[in-house]
Amino acid sequence: MIKCVTDYNIKVKGQVHPPLTLEAVVLEMQDPKTGVKSQTQRLVITTIPHAITGEDIVEWIANRFKVGAAEARAMGTMMVAFGYIYPLQDHKRLIIKPDASLYRFQTPYFWPAQQWPVEDTDYAIYLAKRNIRKKGMLELHEQEQYNNLHKWMNHKWDFIVMQAKEQYRAGKERKKPDRVVFDCQERAYWVVHRPPIIFTQQCIMRPRVKSSVSIGALVKYSTTYKQHDPFLYPCLPSNPWLTDDVTYWQLNMQNIENPTKMRVERWTFSFGELLSDPRGRDDFRLFLKKEFSGENLAFWEACEDLKWGTAATMKEKAQQIYKTFLARGAPRWINIDGKTMEITVKGLSHPHRYVLDAAQTHIYMLMKKDSYGRYLKSPVFKETQKKALEQNAKKRRPSLSPIILRQQEEEQKAKLAASGPVDITQVMSKLFSIKKKILSPLKINLK
Amino acid sequence: MAAQEVQPSETIAKLKSESEALKTKLEEERAKLHDVELHQVAEKVEPLGQFVMKTRRTLKGHGNKVLCMDWCKDKRRIVSSSQDGKVIVWDAFTTNKEHAVTMPCTWVMACAYAPSGCAVACGGLDNKCSVYPLSLDKNENLAAKKKSVAMHTNYLSACSFTNSDMQILTSSGDGTCALWDVESGQLLQSFHGHAADVLCLDLAPSETGNTFVSGGCDKKANVWDMRSGQCIQSFETHESDINSVRYYPSGDAFASGSDDATCRLYDLRADREVAIYSKESIIFGASSVDFSISGRLLFGGYNDYTINVWDVLKGTRVSILFGHENRVSTLRVSPDGTAFCSGSWDHTLRVWA
Repeated sequence: MIKCVTDYNIKVKGQVHPPLTLEAVVLEMQDPKTGVKSQTQRLVITTIPHAITGEDIVEWIANRFKVGAAEARAMGTMMVAFGYIYPLQDHKRLIIKPDASLYRFQTPYFWPAQQWPVEDTDYAIYLAKRNIRKKGMLELHEQEQYNNLHKWMNHKWDFIVMQAKEQYRAGKERKKPDRVVFDCQERAYWVVHRPPIIFTQQCIMRPRVKSSVSIGALVKYSTTYKQHDPFLYPCLPSNPWLTDDVTYWQLNMQNIENPTKMRVERWTFSFGELLSDPRGRDDFRLFLKKEFSGENLAFWEACEDLKWGTAATMKEKAQQIYKTFLARGAPRWINIDGKTMEITVKGLSHPHRYVLDAAQTHIYMLMKKDSYGRYLKSPVFKETQKKALEQNAKKRRPSLSPIILRQQEEEQKAKLAASGPVDITQVMSKLFSIKKKILSPLKINLK
Repeated sequence: MAAQEVQPSETIAKLKSESEALKTKLEEERAKLHDVELHQVAEKVEPLGQFVMKTRRTLKGHGNKVLCMDWCKDKRRIVSSSQDGKVIVWDAFTTNKEHAVTMPCTWVMACAYAPSGCAVACGGLDNKCSVYPLSLDKNENLAAKKKSVAMHTNYLSACSFTNSDMQILTSSGDGTCALWDVESGQLLQSFHGHAADVLCLDLAPSETGNTFVSGGCDKKANVWDMRSGQCIQSFETHESDINSVRYYPSGDAFASGSDDATCRLYDLRADREVAIYSKESIIFGASSVDFSISGRLLFGGYNDYTINVWDVLKGTRVSILFGHENRVSTLRVSPDGTAFCSGSWDHTLRVWA
C-alpha cells in the first residue's frame, strides 16, 4: 500500500492539478502525513492495523473538496460501493457511516478497475474455501450460487476444491490479525462483485399459493375460533373484567386436573394447538407412553430447549441429545430417515442452536400425521373429554320458600314458649338472627 | 489473462436497472396467483353484532407519557414503561402496582414481560435492552440485579422474549434487529435489511416456526428467518412509517399500523397485501395494532386519541372507542383474549372489555 502512495506522490509532484479520479482520491487518503488518520483498532478480540473511522473519512473528504457533510458522505459511500474502502463490521451494507464505524482501504489487488474480469472460478474457489472453514457459513444467496457453480463447473470441481484447500492452508499459516484482515478484504470484494441481487430472484422463485387458498384459510381460522373469542362470544361463567369474578381464570389454570370442555375442543383444531397448551401436551404425553413412542415428544421438547435455551449450555445440551436419542444404541433412540440422520450427525460436529432443525421437523411431522390422529380417537383422550368441565353460566342458588320460612318461625316460637319464662329480648334477637340467616342467600341471588 | 477496463459507474447503473427489472417481475409473479379479494370471500361470513366495549380498569401512576406495555402470561398482570424513565408492573385486575423500576434514561420505548412471569425487559434512549428479575421482597432494589443484554448504536424501539426467558429479540433506530442471549449478553444473530429506523417487531406464533416480522421508517415490513438472519419476505405498500406489526393468530398473515393513517393485512402464503383498513375520517397515524383471539377483530390505537375496532374479514370498522385524552401509543390484547389494554400519552393505561 505504502509503495503505491509513494509512487503516486512521485508522479504527481510535477503536476499542477492532480487528476481527480476516485482512485486518485483514495490514494491521497492513504498518505501517511496528509491522509485520513489511521490507527490499530481492536475488533472483538483481534487487533486490526491501519483502521480508519467513518467520521474521519467524511471529515477528510469534506475538507479536501470544501463540501458539506452530506456530499462528503455520498462520495465516501461511492468509494465503499465500488470497493476502494471496505467496512470491517458491517460487510453487507456498502455505505459510509459517519461515526466510529471502522473501515480499511482495499488493497489495489482487489480494486475494481484493476481487475481482469471477475472469474467464476475464483468465486467458486472462494465459496468452497469458506465451506471448508466452517460448514453452514454460506448465506442463502451464496449457497444458491455455490450449488449453481457446482452444477456447471462439475468437470473442474476437483481443481476448485484443491485450490480452495491450498488457499485455506496458506491462510492458516498467516498470523491471526493478517488473516482477519485478509478475510474481510476478500469478503468485501465478493460482496461488491457478486451482490445478493439473487435475493429478488429468489423472491420471484418462492412458492406462492393462490389468494383463494390462503385467504380461504384465514377465513376458516377465524370461523373455527369464533366461539373461543371472548369479544365475540361471552366467555363462561363470566368475563372476569366485567363481573370481578375470577372463576373463568381458575377453571383455565395451566395445570388443572380437569380442563374445561372449550379448552379440550381447541386441542382438536390443530396439532400445534395441542402442543402449545401444557395441559394438552401432558395428555398427549400420556397417550404416547401407552403406545411406547414417548421418545418422539421427548426429543421434540429437547430440541425446543436447545433452540431457546442459554447459549452457555448449548453445546452440552446438543451432545446430551445425541447420546440420548440419536447415537447407535441410544436409550431413547428415535426413528428418522437415513439422510436426515446423516445431516444431523454431521452438523453435531459443529453444534449450533438450529443443528437439530431437520430432525425436529421430521419428528414433528411424524407426530402430526400419525400419532395426533390416533390420539384423538384414543381412550386417553376420550376419558379427558368425559371428565372435562362444562363452563356453565354462573350458578344462581335458589332460596327457601316463604312457606317453609314461616313454618320454621312458628316452630321456633313454640319451642321458646314451652321452655319457661320468656325473655323478650332473647326471643327477638333469636328471631332476628334466624331471619338474617335466611335472608343472606337471597342477598347473593340479587347480586 | 488480459487486463480489462471495467467502468465502476457502468457496473452500478447496470446493477440498479437489473434490480428494478426484477422488482417488476416479482410484482407480476405475485399478481398471477391473485384470483380473489378478501372481502369477496368474506361476503359469505356472518356479520358481527353490536359491541359494547368499555373501559373496565384505569391504571394511574405514571408521571408522564406511557410508551409501551406488555401482558404477563397469567392474563392479569402487565408491565408498562413511560417517558419519565419509570417501568411499572401492575396487577391490572386489582389495579395494584406490584413493582417499579426507575431506568437511568428517559423515553423507555420498549418493555416486555418474560414468559415465566418472573422478569421484565426494557430499554429506550439508552440504546440498550436490560432485563430485571422481579422479586417478591418489597425492600429489594430491582435495579441492583439488572442485567444489560442488548447493545445497539441507536435507540431501542421494541423488544420481545422468544419462547423462553433466555433470549431476547430487539429492534432499534440503528436500522437493525438482533437476537441476544440473556445470560451472557452475546449477540446471537443480527438482521440487516431495513434502510432506516426499525420501529416494531412481532414473533410468529410458536407452531409456525422460527420467523418474525419487523416494520420501519423505510415503509417496509420485513419477514425474517431467525436461523439465517435472512429477510425472506418484504412488503412495501405503506406510504409512511410502520409503527406496529402483529401476526394473525394462525401465523399465516400479519397486520401493520402506520403513520399513513391506515392499517393493512398481509397474507404471507399469497405473498401480498390483502386488505387496507382506512376511512376518510381517519387522518391520524395508527400507533399500535393487535388481533382478538380468533383474528376476526383488529384493534388499532391512533394518534387522534381514539381506538378503532375493525372487522378483519369484511374490512369495515365496527366500533370506535373514546376515553384517552391524548395519543394512544401502545395496545395489546390479553393472552386469553378477555380484554385489551391501551397505553397513552395521557399518562394512563386502560383495560377494555
